[in-house]
Amino acid sequence: MEFIGQLPPLFLRTIGQTHLAEIHGRRPRRPYLNICPVLKPQDTMVKWTAEERAAIEAVFASLDYESVGRESLTRLLVVYPWTRRYFGGFGNLFNTEAIMANPKVAAHGTVVLQGLEMALEDMDNIKKTYASLSELHSEKLQVDPGNFQLLGDCLTVVIATRMRTEFTPVIQAAWQKFLCVVVAALRRQYN
Amino acid sequence: MLSNTEKELIVQIWDKMLPVAEDIGSEALLRMFTTFPKTKTYFSHLDISPRSEHLCCHGKKIVQALAEGARNISTLTTTLAPLSRFHAYQLRIHPTNFKIFNHCILVTLACHMGENFTPVAHAAIDKFLSAFSAVLAEKFR
Repeated sequence: MEFIGQLPPLFLRTIGQTHLAEIHGRRPRRPYLNICPVLKPQDTMVKWTAEERAAIEAVFASLDYESVGRESLTRLLVVYPWTRRYFGGFGNLFNTEAIMANPKVAAHGTVVLQGLEMALEDMDNIKKTYASLSELHSEKLQVDPGNFQLLGDCLTVVIATRMRTEFTPVIQAAWQKFLCVVVAALRRQYN
Repeated sequence: MLSNTEKELIVQIWDKMLPVAEDIGSEALLRMFTTFPKTKTYFSHLDISPRSEHLCCHGKKIVQALAEGARNISTLTTTLAPLSRFHAYQLRIHPTNFKIFNHCILVTLACHMGENFTPVAHAAIDKFLSAFSAVLAEKFR
């Protein structure tokens, strides 16, 4: 037992990690062999199955950008009122009726959906696609990135009201994975 | 804070969902398990395949509890006390999962109600579900 006290701390940590990894059912790492792993770009890329790509494209194909965009942004401002802080220049956002009738909300909703569509052009490079938008939202617009998820949720609810039973759990899963990747890309430039 | 109009709207919606409680509840659960697979870890003791008896039965219980909560919004803490103890001391669900399930309930309601699930109804139900989950989680620590 005294021998254990003489082992270097890093080695003791490794033994501990190996034991814990086995309990949790994961393959234990060997840090001595993998001190500074060089990950190839394809190891960190999101992988899309053919079914997921088809599901996401089907959702976009069903969308009327103006109507869905307007309604999604309306819902964001109604359901999560603190988000109104980012739209000071939009005029009257004081109540639900005003928001629903606001032409700037309608116009910006369309812009948001057109922005989302950009991801479809290269689904394997979404991070790169949104690099400049991420910088815009963090540096200039100063939007709390927690709100990206909320807008995504509102958009998902609007799509559900339009697609109804066609928005199956499997299609929802693919769509939400897509939104997750877009939101992560938009958060990237925040320091 | 829920206005009186919102409270009435919430009761109306859940009363409409009660006759189809199995469908709504099981669909919300299925959406959660499909979109957020980590949530399945809490159901290893049940058969949660689509349309299974366990899924329908569990879904029905959830919708019935939500409808009961909707009818007693001003006394949620008292009404949900047994469920609150159950979630805190026995289920011990990670708190982030409440938001995940709430979102799946909203999507299920949106699919069923279509355009009747208006922005005002969406806001009211979202606030109700947040309050409901807060009561379920209040004994966690």
